[in-house]
Amino acid sequence: MFLKSTYNEILKIASKPRSYIGIAAITLIISVILLAMWLDGITYISFITAPFEQSLSFTGNILNGNLMAFIILNMLIIHVPLLIAFVTGDLISGEGAMGTIRLLLTKPISRTGILLSKYLAGCFYTLIVLLWMALLSIFVSKFLFGPGDLMVLKSDGLNIIQAQDVGIRFFYGFIVAYLALIMIATLSLTFSCFSDNSIGPIISTMGMIILFTIIGTLDVPVFAKIQPLLFTTHMAAWRSFFEDPIPVEQIRTSIIVLFVHIIGLLGIAIYKFNKKDILS
Amino acid sequence: MQDPQKIIEVKHLVKNYGKFRAVDNVSFDVYQGDVFGFLGPNGAGKSTTIRTMLSLISATSGEIKIFGKELNANRREILSEIGCIVEKPDFYKYLSAQKNLEIFARISGKNVPKSKIIEVLEFVGLKGREKDKVLGYSHGMRQRLGIAQTLIHDPKLIILDEPTTGLDPQGIIDIRNLILQLKNERNKTILLSSHILSEIELIANRMVIISKGKTLVQGNVKELLDEEVLLVSFTVDNIEQAKSLITNKFPQAFQSASENQILLHISKDEIPKYNKMFIDENIQVFGIESKRKLEDYFLKLINN
Repeated sequence: MFLKSTYNEILKIASKPRSYIGIAAITLIISVILLAMWLDGITYISFITAPFEQSLSFTGNILNGNLMAFIILNMLIIHVPLLIAFVTGDLISGEGAMGTIRLLLTKPISRTGILLSKYLAGCFYTLIVLLWMALLSIFVSKFLFGPGDLMVLKSDGLNIIQAQDVGIRFFYGFIVAYLALIMIATLSLTFSCFSDNSIGPIISTMGMIILFTIIGTLDVPVFAKIQPLLFTTHMAAWRSFFEDPIPVEQIRTSIIVLFVHIIGLLGIAIYKFNKKDILS
Repeated sequence: MQDPQKIIEVKHLVKNYGKFRAVDNVSFDVYQGDVFGFLGPNGAGKSTTIRTMLSLISATSGEIKIFGKELNANRREILSEIGCIVEKPDFYKYLSAQKNLEIFARISGKNVPKSKIIEVLEFVGLKGREKDKVLGYSHGMRQRLGIAQTLIHDPKLIILDEPTTGLDPQGIIDIRNLILQLKNERNKTILLSSHILSEIELIANRMVIISKGKTLVQGNVKELLDEEVLLVSFTVDNIEQAKSLITNKFPQAFQSASENQILLHISKDEIPKYNKMFIDENIQVFGIESKRKLEDYFLKLINN
């Protein structure tokens, strides 16, 4: 029954027009970035390399597919949570707004089963969005700009990663990025259990991301203790795979914090959904 | 002969929303083969009771047994034998009628073949439109689809909460006929809530009336109504004489008089007596009609 319900939920997501907005937006944004870089990428790169040109000599294809993929992921990781929340925030509240929640909950499947099947479908959608982003940013970029060493700009210098090392780093980076996006999907699903309209959970999710990001970046002593506990602090942990050496301990901490958030939020969602009186 | 099996037993059901008591000690029984009318004015607690019976909301106290089993302890088993429409049949508008039914069939707890979906769509008169998106369906078509949805897994009990709300007269007749078909051809036990009293009178064999969350009366529709005083209209040739006769001899029976009709509040057994009295007084009687039985009974109950 649970698998059938999950299949139903994937079918519903696949049939909803709103599910394609995120994928279309990602396609459009990546296309615009790639086009801009194709037309004037050299100028953009010169801004990055200029401070180092007196001490370093850059040879080879700097403006390559790996660099493009890295730039695209840095830009998109801010916007993708919104696109994910747009779908996952609607999973419960959307049924409430449509009225189909009444019918759904009179079927012989537990509320926890329904919620988890929706969650699983949401995670599957998140994976599809991320894979699409990976396909466009890595493979299309490489096709257009060719391979090459990845030059990562840091606050204290440049980090050059050899081309043969980049693939595996992207692979692990995407896994951690997926975990961060699952965290967003869980957050919006939890908000969805408290709402009967689709907009509320999306706005609440984005509101929380913005609030926590501000708290995370404010250099105020009062926030210093809570900053490591905020999920937003760990959402960009995927970038750590492009450092040398890779800060394994830091990445492990980020994964634990994200997991704890996911489990905690999922627990709240299950509790709320089971207690909820369906009055819509 | 064996007593019919109790399908639904609701005992002392209470539901509070904060300090507001929406359902106050409601009790009733539904037997196998019943078309059970669940009557009450708006806000009486009908929908709350039905939602509690379907575990959409939790009861504050009381007991609900369906098919002889306690609801909360046997929720999944019970729900697999219930088909329902709660308030209005809402579907995934971006999907076709057939896809909607496939979705609900998949989680109905039974293996439903595609042929069954086509069969129920044909039964409710939607064959030929099954591939259309529900978005383009009229309200009447959605109600039909709602009834099709209740039937896909061939349940023993069907619960229909206000199934004719918002329908035009033809739509109401169509849904009424479908419900009668369900009882007569498919032997379903049906619980039907409606505020259209004449509909309950036409369809239901047993009923309960609730008001302000409380049970007022329950029993066999015919027995309950036959005991009651009717509103009987006599069409006569001399209305003034008829009016004078009634107001002098039986003022308590007089209700109103129009151009050629006098309306009396009398029991069914008294109709021949009043007819004879008019004839003895040389008042020609052209027609006798009893009307608004249930409405009158219903209003009397809830006003009391």
